[in-house]
Amino acid sequence: MTLPEENVPRGRPAEIKAVPVRHYGRWVAAVLILYIAIWAVYSVANNERFGWDTINAWFWDGTILDGIVMTLELTVIAMLMGVVGGIVLAVMRLSPNPLISGVAWAYVWVFRGTPVLVQIILWFYVKALIPTFSLGIPFGPTFVHFNANDLITAFVAGCLGLGLNEAAYMSEIVRAGILSVDPGQGEAATALGMSRAKIMRRVVLPQAMRVIIPPTGNETISMLKTSSLVSVIALADLLYSVQIVYNRTYQTIPMLLVASIWYLVMTSILTVGQFYLERYFGRGTAQRQTMLERFVANLRVRSGRRA
Amino acid sequence: MASDDRPSLQKADEDDPVPGTGPRAGAPEFMVRAEDVHKSFGRLEVLKGIDLEVRPGEVMCVIGPSGSGKSTFLRCINHLEKINGGRLWVNGHLVGYRQKGDRLYEMREREVAAQRRDIGMVFQRFNLFPHMTALGNVMEAPVQVKGQPKGQVRERAVALLERVGLADKMDAYPAQLSGGQQQRVAIARALAMEPALMLFDEPTSALDPELVGEVLEVMKQLAVDGMTMIVVTHEIGFAREVGDSLVFMDGGVVVEQGRPRDVIENPQHPRTQDFLSRVL
Repeated sequence: MTLPEENVPRGRPAEIKAVPVRHYGRWVAAVLILYIAIWAVYSVANNERFGWDTINAWFWDGTILDGIVMTLELTVIAMLMGVVGGIVLAVMRLSPNPLISGVAWAYVWVFRGTPVLVQIILWFYVKALIPTFSLGIPFGPTFVHFNANDLITAFVAGCLGLGLNEAAYMSEIVRAGILSVDPGQGEAATALGMSRAKIMRRVVLPQAMRVIIPPTGNETISMLKTSSLVSVIALADLLYSVQIVYNRTYQTIPMLLVASIWYLVMTSILTVGQFYLERYFGRGTAQRQTMLERFVANLRVRSGRRA
Repeated sequence: MASDDRPSLQKADEDDPVPGTGPRAGAPEFMVRAEDVHKSFGRLEVLKGIDLEVRPGEVMCVIGPSGSGKSTFLRCINHLEKINGGRLWVNGHLVGYRQKGDRLYEMREREVAAQRRDIGMVFQRFNLFPHMTALGNVMEAPVQVKGQPKGQVRERAVALLERVGLADKMDAYPAQLSGGQQQRVAIARALAMEPALMLFDEPTSALDPELVGEVLEVMKQLAVDGMTMIVVTHEIGFAREVGDSLVFMDGGVVVEQGRPRDVIENPQHPRTQDFLSRVL
């Protein structure tokens, strides 16, 4: 921003108006990349074997949209289980009580040490291992009986498989976040007479969030796609829905492209959400700008300079 | 605002003629009493028998070379460190333990936390909560620990921040404040709990030289108002001007103590003489 000539206070030198360095290489590269990109889009769009008609026909189909809803449901539930479970496990793991921290360690050991696909299948077939669940005192009286068949539907099995596995991964992310907070913070809160639980909730976790959010966004995006593993227990998520269609129509590639485009759309939305979450938890430290905000700010500076 | 709900920077009675001259009615004779306090980290013995007494209203400054155990001793007073031997009383209560007969019982975490509420502590590195504004930092403990109503706490917190000269920085985050301003917020934060005793752990050591003065000024005002303070510091000038007593620690023991002027101008022990000759 420059001040109009007459407003410049005496004694202050005029702002430097130097010719900026010109990046000719960048312009050449930009033209080249644009050329290649146009060519790629053109050749893909004109390649009939991609089956654009099929993609167009099925893109908004009810089956596909139902699959998307299922995928989103699974992702949200599994991530909720993962985040809540992960925080609980991480806090347990850092507990001074060796029993509690040992239990958390064992949980992570089991659920992180076996493939999530196997875990989903095991939850689905849990009725074969444990036919009935009952609520009561071990070795004592029981109060309620559940039939595993009614309780563990394919959807519940999918949520359990994905969510419990995610909790193990999230607990390590949360633990790293907690350990990243300056120990002086806990000390200051302790000196003020705060309890351990309150220190965790009010002081440590909000600061740990700054470290926890980026990998959690990563996990969410990963979960969106990992949830497609539930197709093995015949749960109609996005991927399974397109599989049903192409098993009938033999339009394998176009249908997989339909799913891929939808996955891409959903991950893009999540990426935007992640940015705002990061900015919220980064308050008090550096402020980040969106690409658009940066663009607008740049324009403003330039037009200001020209004026 | 009525004068009686002004935030009390002081615990001493208004009619106490000269702070630090003697115990007030009902208050124990000593705010802090240490008897042969020992502390080790593993095999490293940091405190090797500390005997000290701090009267209500007294400002005690503790000086000494780094590694002499002065910060550790300060942290023992509010039980941030557990002592291995001896006895330590604050305001007439054993710190961290309950005595029944001649047996000691460790206190539960909650009871220790309750004890700490009456002891304010200011750290070398400020340790403000970076995700809260200055006002939020000051309000946090009274609201969360004492469960006081927010409106009332807010009023007091605003007054405290005005008191430390930061009326215009209420809504600033710690990262937007200078070191001196941060430390003044930290002092206001500790005072918001209305402590009977304030501990200062090298409060000006992390500050740029030109910012030291503003923090010392706030501390000096606090001392004038009658707060009981233990100040670990390298500011010999502050110790001489504001302190009621001066303690020189080295190697985990109290080498020398007395009136600041006497100790600084006429140190008896060769180690004190050596230390002072290097810092003055």
